Amino acid sequence: MSTAPFIAFERVQKLYGEGAGLVRALAGVDLAIGRGEFVAIMGPSGSGKSTAMNILGCLDTPTGGRYLFAGADVTSLGRDERALLRRNFLGFVFQGYNLLARTTAVENIELPLIYRGTPRLERRERAIEALHLVGLKGREHHTPAQLSGGQQQRVAIARAIVTDPLVLLADEPTGNLDTARSHEIMELLTRLNDERGLTVIMVTHEPDMAAFACRTIRFVDGHIESDTLREAA
Amino acid sequence: MLWEAFKLAILSVRRNVLRSILTLLGIVIGVAAVIAMVTVGDGTTQKVTEDLSKLGSNLLIAQPGRSMFGPGGAGQDNRSFDDRTVVKLRNELTGVRAIAPATTRAATLVYGSLNYATTVTGTDSQFFTAQDWTFAAGRPFSDGEVRSGSAVCVIGKSVSDALFAPDEPLGKKMRIGNVSCDIIGVLDPKGQGAFGNDQDNTVVVPLRTYQRRLAGNTRIPTIYISAATSDDIPAVTANTEQILREIRRIGPGQDDTFTVRDMSQIISTMTSTSTLLTGLLSAVAGVSLLVGGIGIMNIMLVSVTERTREIGIRLAIGALELQVLTQFLVEALVLALMGGVIGIILGLGLAGIAGHFMTIPFVPSLSIITLAFLFSGAIGLGFGFFPARRAARLDPIDALRHE
Repeated sequence: MSTAPFIAFERVQKLYGEGAGLVRALAGVDLAIGRGEFVAIMGPSGSGKSTAMNILGCLDTPTGGRYLFAGADVTSLGRDERALLRRNFLGFVFQGYNLLARTTAVENIELPLIYRGTPRLERRERAIEALHLVGLKGREHHTPAQLSGGQQQRVAIARAIVTDPLVLLADEPTGNLDTARSHEIMELLTRLNDERGLTVIMVTHEPDMAAFACRTIRFVDGHIESDTLREAA
Repeated sequence: MLWEAFKLAILSVRRNVLRSILTLLGIVIGVAAVIAMVTVGDGTTQKVTEDLSKLGSNLLIAQPGRSMFGPGGAGQDNRSFDDRTVVKLRNELTGVRAIAPATTRAATLVYGSLNYATTVTGTDSQFFTAQDWTFAAGRPFSDGEVRSGSAVCVIGKSVSDALFAPDEPLGKKMRIGNVSCDIIGVLDPKGQGAFGNDQDNTVVVPLRTYQRRLAGNTRIPTIYISAATSDDIPAVTANTEQILREIRRIGPGQDDTFTVRDMSQIISTMTSTSTLLTGLLSAVAGVSLLVGGIGIMNIMLVSVTERTREIGIRLAIGALELQVLTQFLVEALVLALMGGVIGIILGLGLAGIAGHFMTIPFVPSLSIITLAFLFSGAIGLGFGFFPARRAARLDPIDALRHE
């Protein structure tokens, strides 16, 4: 399953504060994720899993160690360089969907393409294609308020994949959904992983959801406590 | 990208119509005040200039005394000019088209059973050249008539209409006070003067006739000098002053006991009030624009706070700092320009209404409109920059967590 490390943490540290108030969110983490993997990250709150996600997603930088992305050292990139990296290679799905209110589904999906400077017609075409891929044909001009939670999360996934990213980072994507809706979302992520070879890294605290992933990494106190591959079914 | 930012800005304004309008009020009022004042001011200046230019082109007016309108002030040498003054000026001045002595008083005209109140001017035939009068009928005085002081007169259109219509006045006799005279010419109408007076309500008689039969003295209180071209005005003014000082024996270092003014001085005196008013209101408008700018900054800061999460989303999916900055700058710019455009329209409307009631021409100045537009844009960019930079520098993680 796993190939040569596509994403790698080398002794990654993240410290907040100083002196007595020093918090080690990540205390020297080594991690390697191959291209095309579907990884679930679990752990209690304060375990460092969100910090790890932020660094993986290039939203944050480590205070120590190295972060290698596709062989390149991206540890100390500047704000705009990280923004370009996110724009070109990463897709984000959040627990709270984070769609723009009063903006139609298609317009929401188009957003990352606008920042890429994709021409208008191509943008519209790709957005609609992504919307169909997540099974929301006919909901093009619905605003988030007119969509159910599950549908909103599908729009968010469509927005994340419309740029054909290498990695999809999902932060508790089913946290706000009921079980049936959650399973649909997980099936969608699994399908994207299978069919498109999309690397998926997902934070979750529900073992049911983690079970969809091929590999589960458990964080405790800024360390990786366990890293298990799912037994072949 | 700019187009997208523009569309977003319009969207954002439309979502908060009332808030946007209230925010714009400062800029609207400031711009409207400036536009209205400048437009009314320009209209006033144009009207005064037009009216005064009807008095004659490149006209200089020499009068005894130091005050603006005729003699005044105790202890001053207020002696009038006399015939010798006119002769000397005519002999020595170059670059002039006409030099005319003039003395004026109110008089009642009588023709048949009709009376008419008017002003009578005693002068000579160069008067018509100096003041750009043209003849509807008849002719000016001959040199003989001027020399001998004949009982002849030239009348204005209003006098002609009041006493003779529908008959032809030429050749008729009428009385000016007790003096009977023949009408030898009728002037073309000039309309209303700079002081709201009817310039066509006038009777012109030869100077000698006036002095002997109406005034009983030989005083000449005014001399009109018409320069050949506007370029000649400064030299003619200086030379006239020099000649008058010689005649009145004013030594070096002593003040003039007369004044020589050209129309531009009179115009600037007459428009100085409106210039002062324009200046004052411009200051008020400046304060209003400043307040308007602060209003925009305030509302943009509110907008940035309200939309922190949206900014976080945009940053997370790969918006560059500059792209977020641009978005909010364009929004501030659109707000301010809307205020500017509304202010320009409002100001022009107010100026139009004021001009209608003040009977001054409506003279919108393209340069001031352009300036107001650009200035309101500059306010938007200036006061929008700080909030926009704040938005652009938000930390995406914090921004996404913002409720």
